[in-house]
Amino acid sequence: MEIYLFILFATLAVAAAVGMITSKDTVNSALFLVVNLISVAGIFLLLRAQFLAVIQILVYGGAIMVLFLFVIMLLNLSSEENMISRFSVKYAIAFLLGVVVLSQLLYAIASVTGTLPYVSPEMERVGTVEALGDALFSTYMLPVLVTAILLTAAVVGAILLAQRKFSGKENK
Amino acid sequence: MDPTLFSTLVMLAVVLLFLMPSAAVTVYAERRVSAFIQNRYGPNRVGPMGLFQPFADVIKLFLKEDIIPTGANRFLYTLAPMIPVTTAVITVGVIPFSEHVYIADLNIGVLYLLAVASLSVYGVTLAGWASNSKYSLLGGLRAAAQMISYELPMGVALASVILFAGSLSVLDIVNSQDIWWNIFRNPIGFVIFTVAVFAEANRTPFDLVEAEQELVGGFHTEYSSMKFGTFFLAEYMHVVIGSMLITTFFFGGYHLPFAGYWLPEMSVLAKSILDIFVFIAKTVFWVFVFIWVRWTIPRFKYNQLMRLGWTRMLPIAILNFAVLAVILYYL
Repeated sequence: MEIYLFILFATLAVAAAVGMITSKDTVNSALFLVVNLISVAGIFLLLRAQFLAVIQILVYGGAIMVLFLFVIMLLNLSSEENMISRFSVKYAIAFLLGVVVLSQLLYAIASVTGTLPYVSPEMERVGTVEALGDALFSTYMLPVLVTAILLTAAVVGAILLAQRKFSGKENK
Repeated sequence: MDPTLFSTLVMLAVVLLFLMPSAAVTVYAERRVSAFIQNRYGPNRVGPMGLFQPFADVIKLFLKEDIIPTGANRFLYTLAPMIPVTTAVITVGVIPFSEHVYIADLNIGVLYLLAVASLSVYGVTLAGWASNSKYSLLGGLRAAAQMISYELPMGVALASVILFAGSLSVLDIVNSQDIWWNIFRNPIGFVIFTVAVFAEANRTPFDLVEAEQELVGGFHTEYSSMKFGTFFLAEYMHVVIGSMLITTFFFGGYHLPFAGYWLPEMSVLAKSILDIFVFIAKTVFWVFVFIWVRWTIPRFKYNQLMRLGWTRMLPIAILNFAVLAVILYYL
């Protein structure tokens, strides 16, 4: 069951990634990327990395992609013709069914050739918040702090850049 | 079937059976309470005291014509109403109703709640965009901006709750409140969290998403029939869920006040029944507060809303978190 789910999520992730690159509508692309990120979170979950899975959804699926969509919609990058998308319910169901069939096919092939991945029980202890926090704030303390400072600097820089542009416009 | 999985599935079914009608009951309660607040009668014709009004409402919605505007993105237009309902339903997965009655006790419960809450933005945003109408688009964009802004104070307020429990599991957080509820230990966090929950549920005073005067119906302007009904359902489910979250994180969950001091040991069954009733009573109280606030406080202006979120609530939340962390460290 777990292995089957893994292959299902993996196929969904790859299919969504391909869909994201090939679809012409920017909003559809962004939504494909959301599907991709969520199925990757599903794979994390199957690997017992609960923390990573939820953070993936929280940060990428929730915050960053909403901002992407926000910008795309606000700037209205897609022209009026693209607004009437030909992407209908029929295609969506076909996409999902295709993914399910493909993943079953892959599962069958993999179980015959004996190349299925294996999740060891020790992995269960690696992915919890406690284990991750322990590793981050003892062994990797310095890199974490450096990254934190870097991120803070980047955020302050972004705000400064945005502010200067804003006041510059006002001066004109 | 594995017995844990089986009991989880049974719990899931029971909780869903209670959650779905709770939205209808809340709609009825809102109409009666708002009538009471405005000194009028409210719906009182269908059934005794108008109790069957929700059925009438739902039948009416079902019988309406379902219109998809030309120029709308059909797929996203159909998908959008399902997203808020889904996120509302899957939130219940980690809420404990009693010490022994819960669907799942995740190691990452709080983060799960935040992740699910962050996904519910998509429903409103996509509905606004897919309708291909300027009112809907503006409503959807406002919703996205508002939800992102209020997610941060909400997350930081929850972080200050985690400080007391020392765990991300929701069950541990509730059990850490058996004597002192978090509303007493962390009052600032409580206020911030409550305001953020109101904003996330898009309720007055934060309902700019659907401000009638300027945006007609906001993101659901173009929606009709059961697609509109689904948004309506989702809104009231979010009110119920929001009440459950406030109860769980700040109002002691299923604990009676200072229960650790005086409540005697009880059998598992008796304790579970008591817990569930306490939890439901608190949730009903918070649903009432939601309705009460809606019919008492006028709506903000949009710029005031954003300023409140970013320049007041977020710094106060971070400061509260830092101060509490220092106090708890030296205590």
